Amino acid sequence: MADIYLDNNATTKVDHEVVDVMIPYFLEQYGNPSSIHKFADGVARGLKHARQQVQALIGCEHDSEIIFTSCGTESNSTALLSAIKAQPNKKEIITTTVEHPAILTLCEHLEKEGYTIHRLPVDKAGRLNIESYKKLLSDQVAIVSVMWANNETGTIFPVAEMAELAHAAGVMFHTDAVQAVGKIPMMLQDTKIDMLSLSGHKLHAPKGIGVLYLRRGTRYRPLLRGGHQERGRRAGTENSASIVGLGKACELALNYIEYENTTVKEMRDRLEKGITESIPHCFVTGDLYNRLPNTTDIAFEYIEGESILMLLNKAGIAASSGSACTSGSLEPSHVMRAMDIPYTAAHGTIRFSFSRYNTMAEVDEVLKVMPGIVATLRKLSPYWDGDGPVANPEQAFAPTYA
Amino acid sequence: MWDYSDKVKEHFFNPKNAGAVAEANATGEVGSISCGDALRLTLKVDDDTEVILEAGFQTFGCGSAIASSSVLTEMIIGMTIDDALKITNQDIAGQLEGLPPEKMHCSVMGREALQAAIANYRGEVWKDDHEEGALICKCFAIDAVMIEEMVWANKLRTVEDVTNFTKAGGGCASCHEDIEAILEKVLAEKGEKFDPTVAPAAQPEKIAAVKAPLTNLQRIKKIEEVLESLRPSLLADGGDVELVEVIGNTAYVNMTGACNGCQMAAMTISGIQQRLMEVMGEFIKVVPASEMSKLTQVEVA
Repeated sequence: MADIYLDNNATTKVDHEVVDVMIPYFLEQYGNPSSIHKFADGVARGLKHARQQVQALIGCEHDSEIIFTSCGTESNSTALLSAIKAQPNKKEIITTTVEHPAILTLCEHLEKEGYTIHRLPVDKAGRLNIESYKKLLSDQVAIVSVMWANNETGTIFPVAEMAELAHAAGVMFHTDAVQAVGKIPMMLQDTKIDMLSLSGHKLHAPKGIGVLYLRRGTRYRPLLRGGHQERGRRAGTENSASIVGLGKACELALNYIEYENTTVKEMRDRLEKGITESIPHCFVTGDLYNRLPNTTDIAFEYIEGESILMLLNKAGIAASSGSACTSGSLEPSHVMRAMDIPYTAAHGTIRFSFSRYNTMAEVDEVLKVMPGIVATLRKLSPYWDGDGPVANPEQAFAPTYA
Repeated sequence: MWDYSDKVKEHFFNPKNAGAVAEANATGEVGSISCGDALRLTLKVDDDTEVILEAGFQTFGCGSAIASSSVLTEMIIGMTIDDALKITNQDIAGQLEGLPPEKMHCSVMGREALQAAIANYRGEVWKDDHEEGALICKCFAIDAVMIEEMVWANKLRTVEDVTNFTKAGGGCASCHEDIEAILEKVLAEKGEKFDPTVAPAAQPEKIAAVKAPLTNLQRIKKIEEVLESLRPSLLADGGDVELVEVIGNTAYVNMTGACNGCQMAAMTISGIQQRLMEVMGEFIKVVPASEMSKLTQVEVA
């Protein structure tokens, strides 16, 4: 069987149709969209069309609310830094403990500069407490930034409701929606969300292209100043080929959104059910009843994620892990720690994330090899003995920690 | 994915001596708090000869933790416990044909499990002698705890000081922001303030910046001086450097001892180059002497 790619929350394959619409912008319409000659005369139209394709996917009111950026991280940084620059008297930011580093690392940095960062905790199923959120909203808060869906567990947060609450308190609301866009339907014009980040490479467009949605009338300060591109809100010559590619990818995502929530979801559910039924001592993390249709994150107790990934890779299967060792950082995933998942399980979490390119046959192949991989590693584990974990694992094996 | 050597992969995919030794008379259980990995090493030691007859490991950890455990058991079987105690974590990493800097702690865990098992055999209590922190300098595998201790102990005040004393930050320089943060923190604890413009406090012999262009003789002398000042830290790692030739702005050096063939050699060379440029205030290129032959061939041709 050909290699199986189940790491679509990390990044996706670029759709062939997307590549096809991009090629002319490298070879023929390569002119600068600002130029007045025939090498550029189609570019402005291409960009306008792409803007409308993005608009249709996220359901915003105006296509001028779309600002093309270089990536999700740039969109996130632009949103937060704009909010604090535009409102210099407000010194607080509300976010969550489970955001992507694109938000968390920036917030840590702002903390050093004197900002107060409120990080909403999550419960064991990865859910936020809206009551404690309400108490934090005040006229001191410059911006709330809450991800639409978590990249590791797929847990969806009630951003529409949270944006209403922020709006009522006069606070700007931003959502990092890079994992949600294209996987669940959205209609931004019916919400009070002021800013939203999305990233091309998560929805079968190339890497290096992103969008910041900016609601008309939201006070704004650009991150990059220079030329008049993006109506002066993001200077720098347009990445025209990628913008056109992203437009096409958004159009395709909209066409497939039902498929994503039926067929893709069925594949995910079958894999999840098959694994949890055939392998003892594993469990699904996150909010099982409120998740992205393509994501499952499973904790395999008493073994470590990188080892699992290496054996999966040998079997031709690509996934990812929340273990410390895969990230090069020294801690297991902050998302797993925030959900209070025990160490011996947090290190063994594996995320399988699907796309419309996956098939049921691939699911069956993973189900065939997974029990053997887990058993092989448990045989090496000091927490495991024969067919089950040792009695009182934490007491039976209590190493001296350096 | 990590760039693991073939040897690491071999030991991970086909681990040797997995599982507990049946009639073990020595057990060591250690973990690395930094990544959650843990290892139980069981040994069967001959009471008369003190030779390790059997060794088995059980590891909760990543690919390199399992490989380090596996290769360790292979290394120690047949050794006396006194000889086994001489094994360093570098030896374990060496047997694996190197480990990525982020993963060196896996080899440390192996050495510690061995020490703990032998202490257990001798009826002693093993005490861990080092603390591990977040990895700061990836070029030279230096962690935060080490840097903090050196800043405290030697009254370091600048990034340059830290590089002189620990090597941290002497390679690609991308960790300088993190080193500044550590300096800020420690100096604040001491009631001082971090000032990036202050002259390096701890530099033993300050070499004056040279304004006028150097003559070739001056340049060679300066390069020798700088290499001399770097030598102690190279010797500490069992390596050395030798200046072979200087042609224009290019210095040809031989890395000897442990530096020879070390996977960090390229990093060390770029660290030397950076130091030379800082001291001499001009562009200097440092190149392994082996490159000189190519140069001669070109000239002859």
